Amino acid sequence: MNRLSDGGRVDRSAPLRFTFDGVQYTGLRGDTLASALLANDVLHTAPSLYRGRPRGIATAGVEEPNALVQIEGPGAEPMRLATTVELYEGLSATSLRGRGRLDPALDEGVYDKMHVHTEVLIVGGGPAGLAAALAAARSGARVVLVDDQPELGGSLLAGREEIDGRPALDWVADVRAELTAQADTRILTRSTATGYYDHNYLLVAEDRTGRPGPVRQTLWHIRARRVVLATGSHERPMVFAGNDLPGVMSAAAVRAYLNRYAVLPGRRCVLLTTNDHAYAVALDLVSAGAQVAALVDTRPRPPAELVDSARRAGIEVIAGSAVVAARGGARVQAVRIAALDAADTISGPVREVACDLLAVSGGWSPAVQLWSQSQGSLRYDEALAAFVPDEAAQNVDSVGASRGVLDLAGCLDDGFAAGARAAALAGFPVAVPPTPPTSGDGRPARPRPVWVVPGESGEPSDWSEHFVDLQRDATVADVQRAIRAGMRSVEHIKRYTTIGTAHDQGKASGVSATGVIARLLGARSPGEVGTTTFRGPYVPLTFALLAGRERGALFDPVRTTAIHPWHVRHGAVFENVGQWKRPRYYPRPGESMEAAVLRECGAAREGVGVMDATTLGKIDVIGPDAGEFLNRVYTNAFAKLAVNSARYGVMCRADGMVFDDGVTLRLAQDHYVMTTTTGNAAGVLDWLEEWLQTEWPELRVRFTSVTEQWATVAVVGPRSREVLTALAPELDVSNDAFPFMTARQILLANGVSARICRISFSGELAFEINVASWYGLATWESVIRAGEHLGITPYGTETMHVLRAEKGYPIVGQDTDGTVTPHDLGMEWVVSRHKDFIGKRSFARADTARTDRRQLVGLLPVDPAVLLPEGAQLVADAEVAVPTKALGHVTSSYRSAALGRTFALALVAGGRERLGETVYAPLADGGMIAATITDTVLYDPKGTRRDG
Amino acid sequence: MLLIACPWCGEREELEFHYGGQAHVGYPANPEGLTDSEWAEYLFVRDNPKGLFAERWSHAAGCRRWFNLIRHTVTHQILAVQSNRPVAAGQPKPVIP
Repeated sequence: MNRLSDGGRVDRSAPLRFTFDGVQYTGLRGDTLASALLANDVLHTAPSLYRGRPRGIATAGVEEPNALVQIEGPGAEPMRLATTVELYEGLSATSLRGRGRLDPALDEGVYDKMHVHTEVLIVGGGPAGLAAALAAARSGARVVLVDDQPELGGSLLAGREEIDGRPALDWVADVRAELTAQADTRILTRSTATGYYDHNYLLVAEDRTGRPGPVRQTLWHIRARRVVLATGSHERPMVFAGNDLPGVMSAAAVRAYLNRYAVLPGRRCVLLTTNDHAYAVALDLVSAGAQVAALVDTRPRPPAELVDSARRAGIEVIAGSAVVAARGGARVQAVRIAALDAADTISGPVREVACDLLAVSGGWSPAVQLWSQSQGSLRYDEALAAFVPDEAAQNVDSVGASRGVLDLAGCLDDGFAAGARAAALAGFPVAVPPTPPTSGDGRPARPRPVWVVPGESGEPSDWSEHFVDLQRDATVADVQRAIRAGMRSVEHIKRYTTIGTAHDQGKASGVSATGVIARLLGARSPGEVGTTTFRGPYVPLTFALLAGRERGALFDPVRTTAIHPWHVRHGAVFENVGQWKRPRYYPRPGESMEAAVLRECGAAREGVGVMDATTLGKIDVIGPDAGEFLNRVYTNAFAKLAVNSARYGVMCRADGMVFDDGVTLRLAQDHYVMTTTTGNAAGVLDWLEEWLQTEWPELRVRFTSVTEQWATVAVVGPRSREVLTALAPELDVSNDAFPFMTARQILLANGVSARICRISFSGELAFEINVASWYGLATWESVIRAGEHLGITPYGTETMHVLRAEKGYPIVGQDTDGTVTPHDLGMEWVVSRHKDFIGKRSFARADTARTDRRQLVGLLPVDPAVLLPEGAQLVADAEVAVPTKALGHVTSSYRSAALGRTFALALVAGGRERLGETVYAPLADGGMIAATITDTVLYDPKGTRRDG
Repeated sequence: MLLIACPWCGEREELEFHYGGQAHVGYPANPEGLTDSEWAEYLFVRDNPKGLFAERWSHAAGCRRWFNLIRHTVTHQILAVQSNRPVAAGQPKPVIP
């Protein structure tokens, strides 16, 4: 066991059993999986993905490149990091090499979303963030403080500092108590800010595992007037031969394992550093009982007081040198140390020192990910050897280590000032609290970064064990290869080598990689190379969290008509049309779709059928200028339409392309009701509003969606008149008294007030009965009863499509695609020559006058049993060599009961000049279907059936 | 996601709005009097500045009113919001600062 007998933030009275790779271990409450494993002397993670090299836990946080695990059991999760998984009783995990496995079982966990507005949002609960929160909260402003750890404190959890003469964590507890007492301050722990978007909009993922309630994770959507980023920094690795060996660990991680988790990850340690940080770690190691064999500092003259304190503790300081290689098999056994000259080349003999742990501090990279996501700029600070925030792009400040302030007093100063400033700028002025006295690390001396520690032999192109990105197994040799291939930009080299593209997104190694590239390119500093782009999310998120409760039945609203329960009871097969559930067909027991549709078509053509047409969009157009408005949006005229008459209309966009179609009925001088296609109802309403509000505000007309207010029952077929007679005995349904495209208001025999229209989308005699939605189901049932003796047959959308296609009626959105004019559809008759309307000018453009435009035609397959696939491309010549230009494509294709054969509609270049020609549809399976081009109207071309 | 101040409803999330492209591109008074290229200019050509841009939005999931605003296309800063009255022909367009 590597557990220390005292200290740390773990609860020795709360042992927790867990399983890793099938072996049972015991850890403590307060552990992460990684700290519990190290306490049990388990250092190894899965071997590396591409080269199978042994790897070990390298860090203690989100920047971990190696320790990917799969959480097993209920709530299984792939690709978690052992360094960020909180230990709990019964945890079972396996090490993961590369890609994880999704649990195929349904996730029973609840994932929630919360939406919050706040004056001040502080990201990070370390010293700077706590100071900022305290200052801001004292103003009375709404404050949200988020931190990714289970307890506040940030770097203080891993250190031994004092604030105000007491242990720093006592100060943290006081701050927490004061914040908790503020009514408008909210503290979110275990909560990671993962995305920073426009107008100070941030996403925060909160892990609620193990807490009361069924919610496993919550995604917070936070909009803040001011943001304070106190996100800390990541310690960088260094690049030398064998730097991926298990036992090579970040010095900050070693300190966290020692002081926070009371775990000693090695017995005989060497430290390698470019800066002051490793000295405190070395002293902590010694006081924990470890042997420190050497402290290797790249700087020729490290600060004398640090060197003295190390030597007093019996530590040998080797200045102006670096570890040039780590040696070992499964774990580091020794390091090779040599002096470096000013040009970073080896300038002295190599000396080997035995050790089982190498703690490395390659310097600090401020965690600028969120800052960069907010579009703030970065600059390279030569004195800090780090990229730090420069110009803000939003209402945000960066404080503490996240902008390169590394001493505790500086972080507190920074946080207090920024918190007060944020509150004041949000309208809550407040005094800056005084900074209490602190002990611990002072302002560090200048570091000496060494971006590439040279190999003992060879050139950079040979250094294939100098790892730059451990998860990607990418090395200095790989970077050199990218540069030799001509790459210069860091973005190109990243993509060529895949450096920084793994789960960790180069949090720790990204700036090291920039340093390597700068070195190999001969650049003066990493600042000349720059960073790659930081994108959200900062840490991997589960799709379940992003989906929240918007899945299953709550994924999208489902719209059903008043008649829906009848369709369900009678075995309808439904299809989705937009959000609507529409009956597609009504199979009898054992009946195929093909047979059902042929039967339904037969009934509508020979007897009587009935269809629920409620879903067609309906818009009331009301006002003295309603007729004038419709004249401007439809290609044909509506202003002079007689009351109680209906007209089919087409509307185009300004470019002349068909946008929607439908029948509009005039109910009164100042009242029309427009119908739209089912899927485009909302779009049409938007379109009307846009033109009225932005172009013609002087027109006195208003629009109201009434789709849901009316139920529509279409009674279709030569015997529909008999059904209507029974249903509305007082209505004269003769053709003379009630002609095509007119409407009647009548009381049905069942006592329901109805508006009945003679409209046909099938070519047959047909009536559409509109009643208030409340009476939709009763009216439908009345129709069924009235038609029972005639064998009235309910039919669905599939039959509706066949019937309309036999008549050559196009469906906007199926037979058109936004590049089709009314003329292309053969509808010159619907385009007025006498008035202006949206799109008219476009019909005089050269493009719309082209004779080779794709035009709607009918197609009859030469083999009448063969069905053309919808979407099939058409060519003129069966023997044509590919690639070739397609003549057009099939838009609709069906089997017809009335024709006794298959048929299709298609858009074909110059199609109306090609009637009688044969075209060919080459199929994906190598087959070929020949078809003859015909007129679009294949059934009852003279229209004799319309009036019964 | 932008926070847009609807002139009628106040600040609302961008999700509630529809974008309407460049503002002050009026429907030509006499389309038939335009050449093909002038008509094509109206149909297809819009400014795409890096910087301040006057554009139209509709509060589609709210009051359903159209309005104009001026947005910086790089920083997304919204400088001014105007109600939806179109600029009549012959009147000067609002000046972009």
